[in-house]
Amino acid sequence: MVEWTEQERSIITSIFGNLDYNDVGPKALSRCLIVYPWTQRYFASFGNLYNAEAIKTNPNIAAHGTKATYAELSVLHSEKLHVDPDNFKLLADCLTIVIAAKMGSAFSPEVQATFQKFLAVVVSALGRQYH
Amino acid sequence: MTSLSAKDKEAVKTFWAKVSSKATDIGADALGRMLVVYPQTKTYFSHWKDLSPGSAPVKKHGQTVMGGVADAVSKIDNLTAGLLNLSELHAFTLRVDPANFKILSHNILVVLATMFPNDFTPEVHVAMDKFLAALALALSEKYR
Repeated sequence: MVEWTEQERSIITSIFGNLDYNDVGPKALSRCLIVYPWTQRYFASFGNLYNAEAIKTNPNIAAHGTKATYAELSVLHSEKLHVDPDNFKLLADCLTIVIAAKMGSAFSPEVQATFQKFLAVVVSALGRQYH
Repeated sequence: MTSLSAKDKEAVKTFWAKVSSKATDIGADALGRMLVVYPQTKTYFSHWKDLSPGSAPVKKHGQTVMGGVADAVSKIDNLTAGLLNLSELHAFTLRVDPANFKILSHNILVVLATMFPNDFTPEVHVAMDKFLAALALALSEKYR
């Protein structure tokens, strides 16, 4: 069971409290598709992903980046989508970069450590239902 | 993984020209972050009095490391040959586990994002990620 200090909880709450999901979600997802192009294989039905410009302006990517449902996400990713769990880490890294760019110097080493710990837990949870 | 295309090299050189004046700050911040976020890396610096971000040894060593990165940018057309001596240093003397190259690279990218949010576009990000990976590979050359 993961342990969280009061300080870590407050850092995470503060980051997500100030987050514009409609901005950060699509940015992180499109960054992931550009920096790690093999991840595009999971979005073949989304239309034009041929270059960075197309990815950044693709409306399906923008919409997908903002989905916030958590019901059986892990089962969905393994049973239906067959996403290689390594990809969760790639998206987590892109999300870290996007949040870092947004927060600038406020993204201190301590905040980075807490945020990465949180994402590692999410990534682990998403991978748990695979077999 | 993949080698650097002409487009990648252009992107790296252009971006580096923009940020090189801050190389010392970038190096110090990246190193300081690494020691906090990945505490296992502290084992390589047990001889330092102070490992906290912003401390004198961290700043000085951050400058040394970024000097290496700057050198690598100038030798981007043949990293393996250009970084031979550094590879020998890391392999035989320092014996840094190459897994740590990836960790430091990630922290360098995070610092670039915090310091240059508008210039560190996804296109620049992928070029720098590839470049740092190629740099790490060249550094690993002499290990075995």
